Amino acid sequence: MNNIATSEIKNKVKRGQVYEKQRIEKGKVKRLRRKELKKEEAENPELREARLRENVPTTQENTREFDEAVVADADDEVVKEEEEDEFAQYFNGQAPKVLVTTTPKAGKQTVNFVKELVSIVPNLEYVKRGSKFALQQIIQFCKNREYTDLIVVTEDHKEPTHVTLIHLPEGPTAHFRLTRIKGGKEILGHARATSHYPELILNQFSTRLGHTVGRMFAALFPQVPEFQGRQVVTFHNQRDYIFFRRHRYVFKNSKRVDLQEIGPRFTLKLRWLQKGLYDPVNGEYEWLYKADLETSRRRVFL
Amino acid sequence: MNNDGIVWEVLNNQFCSYKVKTDVGNLCRHPHNLTGRCNRRECPLANSKYATVRETAGRIYLCLKTAERAHIPSKQWERIELPKNFAQAVEVIDSNMQYWPKWMIHMCKQRLTKITQYLIRMRKLKLKNKSTLVPIKKKLERRERTREVRAEAAARLDQSIEKELLERLKSKAYGDQPLNVNEAVWKEILEGDAVEAESDVTTEDELEEENEYEFDKAKDPFAHEFVSDDSDLENDGEDMEDLLGMSASEFSSAEDEDEEEEDEGEYESGSDDEMSEDSDAADHSDKRAKGKRAASSAPRQKPTKRTKKHGPRVEIEYETEAVAKDNMLTNW
Repeated sequence: MNNIATSEIKNKVKRGQVYEKQRIEKGKVKRLRRKELKKEEAENPELREARLRENVPTTQENTREFDEAVVADADDEVVKEEEEDEFAQYFNGQAPKVLVTTTPKAGKQTVNFVKELVSIVPNLEYVKRGSKFALQQIIQFCKNREYTDLIVVTEDHKEPTHVTLIHLPEGPTAHFRLTRIKGGKEILGHARATSHYPELILNQFSTRLGHTVGRMFAALFPQVPEFQGRQVVTFHNQRDYIFFRRHRYVFKNSKRVDLQEIGPRFTLKLRWLQKGLYDPVNGEYEWLYKADLETSRRRVFL
Repeated sequence: MNNDGIVWEVLNNQFCSYKVKTDVGNLCRHPHNLTGRCNRRECPLANSKYATVRETAGRIYLCLKTAERAHIPSKQWERIELPKNFAQAVEVIDSNMQYWPKWMIHMCKQRLTKITQYLIRMRKLKLKNKSTLVPIKKKLERRERTREVRAEAAARLDQSIEKELLERLKSKAYGDQPLNVNEAVWKEILEGDAVEAESDVTTEDELEEENEYEFDKAKDPFAHEFVSDDSDLENDGEDMEDLLGMSASEFSSAEDEDEEEEDEGEYESGSDDEMSEDSDAADHSDKRAKGKRAASSAPRQKPTKRTKKHGPRVEIEYETEAVAKDNMLTNW
């Protein structure tokens, strides 16, 4: 019996049983090994450190394809460019004033999403969209009224599917796909929002394009947060998906901070970025998503 | 050669390929028809004197047909381009159809009005943004959905947010007197900074004697870092006392009374074995009473620390949390 390879046992039931036994045996050995390792490492923490140093799992993040657009931490050129870009005014202290609207005849879910947005961004005003004016006209109206940003939520089958973010008065315009929306009330054990200006965390926007998008988000919020509200808004970029979260936090001690989610959650994915104001016909696309661009999952643009 | 009556006879009674019979009446599909109706008067084929207004590529023309040119079918229609201005166009119609039947002039003008209006509407629509239909690519959608889920898992959002917040707190991004931090926590951080600074100085000095001295001083914060149960730290000195001089009964008095009652038999055994007995008792209690444990207060933390070595089922977090909640109530 021992001489026969398990895969060559002809009786299917028997073969299964042997396999099962082998599986269990394997697990036992593994557990034992781990237990011993743990014991050794408890006695000698250096071993553990050494192991963790060597045993770095390969992930999509650390095997990312080389991208010359990735910005180094202290890149003087980029810093100077950013001092003169469209958002520079905001970062020099101009208060944001934001308008949000939808496509004409918006459905209930879309309006609900917009209401969530209103609770997130201070100084955000919702105006119901009529069918009389084209978006380009609305942009003009907003410019005349000195809005700094315009958000348009687009829907399909009565569900919000896209968000267009237009920075005024000179652009740029970004168009995002919007997915996996979860309202604040749907989140179990959610906290309630207060009207304090939230803190902002922008995680992992690494390339030039990512910096632009990150700065666009940053420009929506008042620059000086009200820390007593302990609210933090996060835009976390991972593999080009931008995850939005909002939490209330408590510093328990110097090592621990507890979070309670306020909501909503949603995910954005950049579809295109136009240089100036929204112009579907003659607009200059700084970046445009095409299926051809997805040559590898290790290629990331933001 | 040119007998309108015969033509009409044929078209009306035999066959006309432009004729459409409907419930409303007979209609005409001929592009030169002035009104679209099919009758003797408005038929463009059976009338050798006929006028109409047509639009091609955004331009409006007045088309006239007279009996004099009936013998040259290629030049049968006289085409006059009408000016873009409506009033001028009307004038042109009037001047070119001076002695034509009144109803025909009137119909031409009506047709001109209609064409001008739809041209205006067309231009307006061109200026408006058209909504375009975009195909939903099922495969792409599915791929993006799964990748999104995986990206979210890889992002470890909570951890990364927590890390960022702690970094901000420690780098003093919230200022010298932060409003979002409990006073005790802030003190702890400031102390931690002070200790770090001190230890830095000592490493630079690299004097052995001093090092020893400093090490003793820095022992407490060092313990701060690696001991799992924070509230233990303050009791470190007491622990030592316990180990050195405390009798079994004294020790047990620090524990929960309920447990004491249950474990009396064991505690009565000699003082030589106290250590092992203690750990046993703690072990028992751990298995027995979770609820009681949760309710117990600070002095009981020593035995829990010991039991942690024995098994994974330790409820230390309950206790620390209870303490923290009290703090919160008073300070927030």
